[in-house]
Amino acid sequence: MNIHEYQAKAILREFGVPVPDGHVCYNGASAREWAKRLGDGPWVVKAQIHAGGRGKGGGVKLARSADEVRNIAREMLGMTLRTHQTGPEGKLVTRILVENGCNIGRELYVSLLVDRATDKVTVMASTEGGMDIEEVAANTPEKIFKEAIDPLLGLTPFQCRSLAFQLGLTGKQIPKGVAVLQGLYNTFIGCDCALLEINPLVVTNEGELLCLDAKFGFDDNAIFRHHRIGDMRDYDEEDPNEVEASQHDLSYVSLTGNIGCLVNGAGLAMATMDIIKHSGGNPANFLDVGGGATIERVTEAFKLILSDKNVKGILVNIFGGIMKCDVIATGVIEAAKQVSLKVPLVVRLEGTNVDLGKKLLADSGLNIVAADGMADAAKKIVQAVAAA
Amino acid sequence: MSILIDKNTKVITQGLGATGLFHAHGAREYGTQMVGGVTPGKGGTVIEGFDIFDTVREAVYKTGATASVIYVPPPFAADAIIEAVDAGIELVCCITEGIPVLDMVKVKSFMKGKSTRLVGPNCPGVITPGQIKIGIMPGYIHKPGKVGVVSRSGTLTYEAVWQLTCIGLGQSTCVGIGGDPVNGTNHMDVLRMFEEDPDTEAVIMIGEIGGSSEEEGAYFVRDHMTKPVAAYIAGVTAPPGKRMGHAGAIISGGKGTATEKVAILESCGISVAASPAEMAQALLKVYRP
Repeated sequence: MNIHEYQAKAILREFGVPVPDGHVCYNGASAREWAKRLGDGPWVVKAQIHAGGRGKGGGVKLARSADEVRNIAREMLGMTLRTHQTGPEGKLVTRILVENGCNIGRELYVSLLVDRATDKVTVMASTEGGMDIEEVAANTPEKIFKEAIDPLLGLTPFQCRSLAFQLGLTGKQIPKGVAVLQGLYNTFIGCDCALLEINPLVVTNEGELLCLDAKFGFDDNAIFRHHRIGDMRDYDEEDPNEVEASQHDLSYVSLTGNIGCLVNGAGLAMATMDIIKHSGGNPANFLDVGGGATIERVTEAFKLILSDKNVKGILVNIFGGIMKCDVIATGVIEAAKQVSLKVPLVVRLEGTNVDLGKKLLADSGLNIVAADGMADAAKKIVQAVAAA
Repeated sequence: MSILIDKNTKVITQGLGATGLFHAHGAREYGTQMVGGVTPGKGGTVIEGFDIFDTVREAVYKTGATASVIYVPPPFAADAIIEAVDAGIELVCCITEGIPVLDMVKVKSFMKGKSTRLVGPNCPGVITPGQIKIGIMPGYIHKPGKVGVVSRSGTLTYEAVWQLTCIGLGQSTCVGIGGDPVNGTNHMDVLRMFEEDPDTEAVIMIGEIGGSSEEEGAYFVRDHMTKPVAAYIAGVTAPPGKRMGHAGAIISGGKGTATEKVAILESCGISVAASPAEMAQALLKVYRP
């Protein structure tokens, strides 16, 4: 789960991490009002969408007067912002962040993540703030510094000092850097983050440290113990089908193809997408109905797949282990009737009670193509969609 | 022979709720010695033929169990793993899906220097066909034999096993290592055990996008394995930055793509199936039973 920049900065502020003073606004008048309350300017007006690269798309602007803040806010609100992360359709800006500007001396980079190679939370820091960190890692790996954190000890003062020295902090900046790093670690642990990225962390000309941008990724498995963070979820920023799916405990990801997939198990669902592609087609989605799918769940899954107007055919691929094939078959028949299915449907069943399941499908009177094995199923749905 | 478990292994269940009970019965019917369960506060009772204990330590003391299977809900599952490790259980299979990753970071740190092997979490379990099954896999698709199977995905493991069984190839042991980013056992650990197991002749390893467990496994195959290995990697069509069902199945920072993994596996001499329908055939290219 992701959140907006203004929400991220509010969380950091709570954990004592320095961020510029600012406020979220929804219209030009309040933006002007808040600018005056925040200080004497200059101010930065930032479009709040869940995507990076906003600056290049015109989503970050400097204002010298409160009236200019208002004018920029009016331009930004309601605009569709396109960045390299939003895709060509872009994202509608419905809220902006107005915050105090600062005199940037140096731009640094800090992030925390769970390193799967060491099974530990790891801090990554770099002197190359404001840049794409993946490029820095690829071209100048010596400019990235890492510390793996022992969960028992937490991020220790010596590790923080070591990073501060490597980042080139001097004098009074060093204890400030240590405090920022420890604050970020406390935030990461306190919020069950999967990723926390500060880019840039700036050293101002006055020698202060400030997080100018912040990106959070939360561990979806831990949201249950952070209700307040769960409440920050902005459904407008997510694919509506993915939101709908999550409400029915379905694991769903939208793709751009035209063959809908309904599968049990995440690995098999990914493999089904792959074999459609391998057979010359294009999958419209990833969908895992899970191990304990009921007739209701299968029906919801069907509705979801069909709500994507690009879908020209559906492939159901079930390996019934604990799940019995006759239950799935009943669900498919029920769903096909309820949604009055008009596109070709290929069903591959394997596993427990497979013969009974196949018989139910054959006797249903519905136009369902039965398949033997994954390769046959993929071939049949690709052909059916091509012929339609 | 086999790896990790055989017909003599005694198993307890932690978390005997509806799901745990269902699979405990399934395992018992398969022939597994399911010697009891742990449900705090119900020690001394018997639930549907399973002796219940308050703690894992007590269950181990009274039953001689050396393996545990965990169905405890996600908020409490990490504690269940730690309790089993503390009680000296040799093999812990954690089936639970949805454990917070920072809980697993602590578990891994606690396990350092201890002899317990953790398989999972978020996995189907381990089966040695014809002898013992610990977990949620359907027993009847398996057949005793000489091919080892290791995988991050449950249903995709069943797919591979079924392809093998259909052409008459049995399995020595099948290990589901699970789909979480921080887990107990990786591909390399299992490949090493298969290499050392005299009754395993060949291996199918199944992986997916995210992390680098498959790559590490591949380098182990190249440098240390004498037995033939085939593989399949799921997620060639997966878009970057999206979690594909499993918490660990995500391409982040351009790393962990299926294409990249396939290239490394092939460069290490592994026969990689071009499609999931061809896993058994990919093995036959490098293995003559």
